[in-house]
Amino acid sequence: MVDALELAARIGSPLTESTFRDNRRMDVAATHILPLLTTLKNDFGFNMLIDLTAVDYLEYEGARDRFGVVYLLLNVDSGERLILRTAVNLPEATLPTATGLWRGADWMEREVFDMFGIRFAGHPDLRRILMPDEFTEFPLRKDYPVKGRGERHNFPVITRAGS
Amino acid sequence: MAVGLPENVFLTRLDAAANWARSNSLWPMPFATACCGIELMATAASRYDLARFGAEVMRFSPRQCDLLIVAGRVVMKMLPVLQRIWLQMPEPKWCISMGACACSGGVFDSYAVVQGVDRFIPVDMYVPGCPPRPEQLLAAIIDMQEKIRATGTVMGREFMARTSPMGPSPFDADELLRIKDASFVQLGGLSSPMGSVPRAGGSNHG
Amino acid sequence: MPLTPVDDPEVKSSEREYVWTLNFGPQHPATHTTLRLVLTLDGERVLDAVPHIGYLHSGFEKLGETLDFNQYVTIVDRMNYISPLANEIAWHHAVEKLLNIELTPRCKYLRTILAELMRLHDHLLNVGTTALDLGGFTAFLYAFQQREKIYDIVETASGQRFHTSYTRVGGVLFDVNNAWVDKVRAFVRGVPKTHDEVHRLLTKNRIFIERTRGIGYLSHDDAINFSATGPVARASGIERDLRKDEPYLAYADLDFDVVCAKSGDCYGRYLVRMQEILESLKIIEQAIENIPAGPVNIDVVSDMVLPAKPAVYRSIEGLIQHFEVIMPNRGYDVPREQVYAATESPNGELGFYIVGNAETRAYRVRTRPPSYIHFGMFPHMIRGHQLGDVAAVLGSINIIAAELDR
Repeated sequence: MVDALELAARIGSPLTESTFRDNRRMDVAATHILPLLTTLKNDFGFNMLIDLTAVDYLEYEGARDRFGVVYLLLNVDSGERLILRTAVNLPEATLPTATGLWRGADWMEREVFDMFGIRFAGHPDLRRILMPDEFTEFPLRKDYPVKGRGERHNFPVITRAGS
Repeated sequence: MAVGLPENVFLTRLDAAANWARSNSLWPMPFATACCGIELMATAASRYDLARFGAEVMRFSPRQCDLLIVAGRVVMKMLPVLQRIWLQMPEPKWCISMGACACSGGVFDSYAVVQGVDRFIPVDMYVPGCPPRPEQLLAAIIDMQEKIRATGTVMGREFMARTSPMGPSPFDADELLRIKDASFVQLGGLSSPMGSVPRAGGSNHG
Repeated sequence: MPLTPVDDPEVKSSEREYVWTLNFGPQHPATHTTLRLVLTLDGERVLDAVPHIGYLHSGFEKLGETLDFNQYVTIVDRMNYISPLANEIAWHHAVEKLLNIELTPRCKYLRTILAELMRLHDHLLNVGTTALDLGGFTAFLYAFQQREKIYDIVETASGQRFHTSYTRVGGVLFDVNNAWVDKVRAFVRGVPKTHDEVHRLLTKNRIFIERTRGIGYLSHDDAINFSATGPVARASGIERDLRKDEPYLAYADLDFDVVCAKSGDCYGRYLVRMQEILESLKIIEQAIENIPAGPVNIDVVSDMVLPAKPAVYRSIEGLIQHFEVIMPNRGYDVPREQVYAATESPNGELGFYIVGNAETRAYRVRTRPPSYIHFGMFPHMIRGHQLGDVAAVLGSINIIAAELDR
């Protein structure tokens, strides 16, 4: 079990620790996320990034920040899990990339960029991954309608006689 | 009889002969995107054995096929590919829309899924179900064969008559409202992800 | 004498004259579904591969924000459609952790049996189609013969052969009966024969070995770095299986082994899957003989499960209860909290990150899709191999496009 106080001293920034069911979470400021990830990976054996995702808090009651970014870490040898959460806001919404630590972070960050428009500074290839390149919106943001804005049907119609 | 016919010579219309041959040797092009593709595989596999109906020659090149089976949901990134494959198939050709997603979008009424491929390509036969059982697909292929026998012409004249789109209009009423709300999304401004869809020239008959 | 290409890192691969580019997909038989690769080739040797995905992106996670916990099961079903029930079990596992529901023993055993049937479902198809892509059609037909029996079993339990939508918050749709138990018993007796047939067709088949051994190598450290889980990780020597490490459902009571290999290649992944088929059979055998009696759903008093249909039709309490659960924002309390819970799906760790917002639907639901994460390492695995090996590697990491793109 990593100690939150020890971690906070290492990175020089306060950490808020919380537990829900068997999930152990730590909230950290966006400026200190990369040092924290580096410390956890190199010194505490959290060698696998299970997942990286984001939450748009636009319609969440009482939320202060627009986006929460979530890192799920796993220590493969001991089986310990840890969830890190940080927050970013528009208009810049940028975080440092974790691809230098885990190559698996590459596609996860691309998906977060594609779906939420959160940028990862230093990412080698930050392009859209699931949506077409021409797509201009970020579909998992709460201000984007679930049925879209007509992009799905914006194609020429082929008739039988014309094909 | 005025004209004596030797044994094993039959007289029939050219249309009927062509239809008989075409309907019994359908070569499907399995455009299998999702779950229905697995049932399409099951239809071709041991228990259901599509080969009994002369349609087991699945070819993955559209240029060798005459029956497009759209199995699974088609999303906005895939639709230009589907249209291109349809245009690449030689005449005569038919299309089966297999499963709820291909017919109407199914449970996926979301920003990415095309609400029925018949909005954009001509469809001859719809198979309901999510996914349809293999028996349903077999029934659809048998129906397709009957349709070919009943309506087919050797020169494909029945296709020439279908000059207007048969499916619903591309945009629903509520969708048009959402487009109007978002003034920055311009109709026709988005190019399709695979580049422009090539229109067939006059080379295809029918 | 073969020409050796100049491996000068200064020269970008696209600038070498003899290098050519091949588009693979999105409509290609060996991709099974819809994924696209742009391969840079030197003759037949793959220098680089750039995957393009999203050809089946259908907005699953957005739909999860509009449907309630029971409705969303129809969507997760369609995620990994090779093993639909495994997704349902993973989804409701996460929901039940959010709501703090402890399942009944019978439900735990039932779901365990179904999860293992789905593992057979997945591995049989994967072994069959991998062989199919490498030119062997027979194993595919043998595998499908057993898969049809699994379809029959889940159809008996749920009424649907493919997308069952069988699990519910706190239980399942209907309980199973003895006829179902007999069906599973008969099925378990029949699989070893098929397994043996496939085994004899492939495991020592020289063509199959040469097409898979040493192909798509993934080292132990790379597997961890790329976040690999499931059979792919275990074939690279990572001894990790959530069924053992974080036991859920009834796995703690059952005796089984975690299958690992050291080779990290396509052949190793094939062997791991083949052996896992036998381990799953072992689990099903134990679970089906020890399935406890008693209710399959948690107590109706909890306000979280639908009451039985006779109660709804014949008593006012049952009707009210039904109404309370079905109507949005009534019924049960959902904490304003976030939770991550994962199960060992046939493909790897399938987890859900749910943000609850005091509604019976999720505020945000994130799937951790093993296919997506495994496909991210595909370029790393294919570099230096032949064009024909693309199909072998794709088959061995078992990419399911609907789970890949969601």
